[in-house]
Amino acid sequence: MTEPKVVAGVGVPPPPEILLDVRNLKTHFHVMDGTVPAVDGISFSLPRGETLGIVGESGSGKSVTALTIMRLLDIPPAEIVEGEIWFDGKEILSMPIDRMRRIRGNDMAMIFQEPLTSLNPVFTVGDQIAEQVETHRKVRRKEAWDRAIQSLKLVGIPSPERRVKQYPHEMSGGMRQRVMIAMALSCEPKLLIADEPTTALDVTIQAQILELLKEIQDRTDSALLLITHDLGVVAEMVENVVVMYAGQIVEEGSVDQVLMTPRAPYTMGLLASIPNVHKRGDRLSVIKGVVPSPFNLPPACRFEPRCPYAWDLCRREPPELVAAGGRGQRARCLLHTPAGESRRRDLLEAVETLVDVPAQQEAAAEAAGA
Amino acid sequence: MSQHLQSALTEPLVEEVERRAEEAGVDYEVTLESLNQWQLAWRKFKKHRLAIIGLGILGVLITVAIVGPFIMPFEFNSIPKPDKIVPAGRPPSLVHPFGETGGLQRDVLLLVVNGARTSLFVGFSSMAIGVIIGTIVGSVAGFVGGFVDNILMRVVDVMLSLPLLFVILVASRFFGNGNVFLIVVIFGLLSWMGISRLVRSLFLSIREQEFVEAAKAVGVTDRRIIFRHILPNAFSPIVVSASLLIASNIVTEAFVSFLGFGINPIYPTWGNVLSNSLTFLLQGNWWWPFFPGLMIILTVLAVNFVGDGLRDALDPRSRA
Amino acid sequence: MTDDATGTMQPAATAPSAGTTTAPGPAAAKNGDGAALISVRNLKKYFPILGGLLRRQVATVYAVDGVDFDVRPGEIFSLVGESGCGKTTLGRSILRLTEPTDGQVTFDGKTIYDHANPGSMPSLDQMRPLRRRLQIIFQDPFGSLNPRMPVSDIIGEGLLAQGMRNRHERDRKVEDALEIVGLRREYTRRYPHEFSGGQRQRIGIARALALNPDFVVCDEPVSALDVSIQSQILNLLLDLRRDLNLTYLFITHNLSVVQYFSDRVAVMYLGRIAELGGVEELYQNPRHPYTVALLSAIPNPNPRIRRKRLVLRGDVPSPAAPPSGCRFHTRCWLRERLGNPENCVTQDPPLREVAPGHMTACHWAEEVSGGAAAEAAAQQSALETATALEDD
Repeated sequence: MTEPKVVAGVGVPPPPEILLDVRNLKTHFHVMDGTVPAVDGISFSLPRGETLGIVGESGSGKSVTALTIMRLLDIPPAEIVEGEIWFDGKEILSMPIDRMRRIRGNDMAMIFQEPLTSLNPVFTVGDQIAEQVETHRKVRRKEAWDRAIQSLKLVGIPSPERRVKQYPHEMSGGMRQRVMIAMALSCEPKLLIADEPTTALDVTIQAQILELLKEIQDRTDSALLLITHDLGVVAEMVENVVVMYAGQIVEEGSVDQVLMTPRAPYTMGLLASIPNVHKRGDRLSVIKGVVPSPFNLPPACRFEPRCPYAWDLCRREPPELVAAGGRGQRARCLLHTPAGESRRRDLLEAVETLVDVPAQQEAAAEAAGA
Repeated sequence: MSQHLQSALTEPLVEEVERRAEEAGVDYEVTLESLNQWQLAWRKFKKHRLAIIGLGILGVLITVAIVGPFIMPFEFNSIPKPDKIVPAGRPPSLVHPFGETGGLQRDVLLLVVNGARTSLFVGFSSMAIGVIIGTIVGSVAGFVGGFVDNILMRVVDVMLSLPLLFVILVASRFFGNGNVFLIVVIFGLLSWMGISRLVRSLFLSIREQEFVEAAKAVGVTDRRIIFRHILPNAFSPIVVSASLLIASNIVTEAFVSFLGFGINPIYPTWGNVLSNSLTFLLQGNWWWPFFPGLMIILTVLAVNFVGDGLRDALDPRSRA
Repeated sequence: MTDDATGTMQPAATAPSAGTTTAPGPAAAKNGDGAALISVRNLKKYFPILGGLLRRQVATVYAVDGVDFDVRPGEIFSLVGESGCGKTTLGRSILRLTEPTDGQVTFDGKTIYDHANPGSMPSLDQMRPLRRRLQIIFQDPFGSLNPRMPVSDIIGEGLLAQGMRNRHERDRKVEDALEIVGLRREYTRRYPHEFSGGQRQRIGIARALALNPDFVVCDEPVSALDVSIQSQILNLLLDLRRDLNLTYLFITHNLSVVQYFSDRVAVMYLGRIAELGGVEELYQNPRHPYTVALLSAIPNPNPRIRRKRLVLRGDVPSPAAPPSGCRFHTRCWLRERLGNPENCVTQDPPLREVAPGHMTACHWAEEVSGGAAAEAAAQQSALETATALEDD
């Protein structure tokens, strides 16, 4: 990877309690058919030790965001057009790549979706973890090796003394994902980025890994940035959530706000379309249409062609991310501007019914069962 | 069946279908030009600068090979009567831009142009034979599998373990008799093994793909599965390795002719011309071996560049 | 096209609405009282593992190992399980896209496969006319469409194979099929790469439906799709069932989809059915410890429900070396609670009826209860859940 284009005018560092601060980040890809604005002006921040989820469907730009933060994108075809990323008090997009390498794997570690392809097949897992510890912590081989065994123990791998000497192919998928997590944790990172950590795994193994991540979250003081398409995983794992659509943030807030009282039509649609038992016998409500082509994005609101609530203004005026529903929840929708005031009042009643009632029923049923 | 689907479309259901269409986002347009695979491939190929250069060189060479002998001011079969006898030959000049050979003082350009004919002909035709045999053997092995596959692949193993160069030399000497067509056949018969292995492995992997299973599920015959499903999807890798086979056959032909085992020296090939030049090399007439040698290098490079370009262009995974 | 493929079609559906699930559909009424449309008996499919220089068989994968069930006309019968449980192989074996090793499959009274009685079953060539009635929808919307074929050929190919030689007639059928799945009639000349994932899945569905089948195996039809597209496809499948009188065998690993979508469900584990029953009964009252754990593993999108989940230890054992006795005993939380009873390891539990229409393959099904599961969940720690594979 080469240096990103010089980012103009680095601003003021965020307050020290903010570990990761992404400001107006734009990552575009230049391909033969034109330019894909994969990430198009997103901002969020993650305080130390906390958890944040980025939710979106394929093509929403969530994974590109993670790779940009790790600076793992190939430039070109990617180009960081604009934006700043502050990590631990330093701006990392303008940092020389050598310094970034020292941060990566040390202060900032990533877990990928497919553990088999992200582990090197010709080295034992112990070698791979120990090597990382050695490079970053400047310790002796023996010490690094002990550290590797410790971190395998930390992720619940039985008889780690034996497992360190095994190769990735000798392990099952769930075990490999544990190794990946162990490797990520070996240098006690301040930020753990997990990109779809359980998508490639079976349900029962997914449950294991999620429980493990939760326990680790409790025990260590790393912050977690969880990237997923699964709203169920988000609900269980994080405190705050950012919903992405077509390269933009369409909604953000606490997980309770976003999943229980969504304010952006996209999030509402997404939640309403999840099949569950209460919808048995009915047609599922759907988000009509398909994600717009990145070469032909709608001029104003990117969700407008699929939005059941859109009106003519939505085709002219690009919506901003505005406060919606109070307590820090924000949504990118004109319904929450003065122009959409009257429409919103009519709609919200209907939407509350749509989203909240089944959930409340479920909560009640759960309470009764427990 | 049409009654069935049609009746599903009458009256109240027309609305239903409309709603479904809206749900499906049918009017979604990517605004990318709708390109078929060849247009797409060409667009990608064009981006590959070396491949375009290679294609240009190859185009020029083929054109020259075809029309060159007719527009040359010199007649191939007539021995020149130079104005001045220089047995060692003469360096490039305006009249003879590639110089003149020693001995008979023939025009090197004339030899190179006529040589292009034979060399390219040998390269392309023997490739064609090799690809046809290789594809048939590979398809049969890959599709039928089992015992047949085992036998065919062992034959390939044996063929590959032969010291091919010697076999070619011996075969060319005993059966080739310097005849261009026989040489082509010999080359073809000895160069299909790589392709057959490739085709077999392509068959094995494509056969397992879901679209083949889907075709079986609707009752499509084996023949159609081979010709409409597997072969079209195996096409690109075959084209790529075929292009590389041309290059290697041209080099082998040059080599065999150079050793005097190949095509009858009265038909000039680049290898023959090189071979003849050897006797005079010590007299310093570098232009005689230089130009045919240069042509071999240019052709092989060009073919390899085109092969590289094809590999990228025909890769269905990338649009960029 | 032959009469067989055109003339004898039933008229369009008269069913009242999609998803009136548990009651037998109109097709059931027509075929008599709930007689099975598909019936599978003791079906087995083993794959040899070849190894060594001579490619000898060194081991066997018991992908499907003795499965019995019936699919009633008009219903949606789901097979759920994790990867490697044999659900996909089972679907393929029923259609004889892979040739079973043993057992019996009948469809609408006709033998499709009968190992004990090879004379009575159709050869693969004789299967062709049956294929019209037995169709399959695949998981991968990219891999299941030939990238080198236009939509008209992809969908029309089956019609051609079934004997419809007239190109015009075929094209019209293709257009009809496109229309009923929500695509435009004009799309016939396009290639798969010009469509989005959801639209490609619709093309796959159109290919199956163009033949006007009675029974469709849906093999993870929504797993590869985005959440917002999944619901579109599920709706479409429900609509089509209603309009075209279809019966589905729905194969998936997604338990929420099953709960929403199907009438009856079979939970598979290592090539066997662990539990089988009506969806509502089975979800409310699971009787197999594996089902309990599976249900508990579903992440719930409601952040206000934070229950302690029951996490299974270790991984699914390899289907090449299934555990003795009950195949689930190596990971079973119930067995541990009961003090590791002997018969779990020595005796293979048969599938037995524990409630009307509810079958389970567990010796200790009566001990399974929500309370026991919650207690077991409370006792475990995520750091210990990897231990089961310790001694493999």
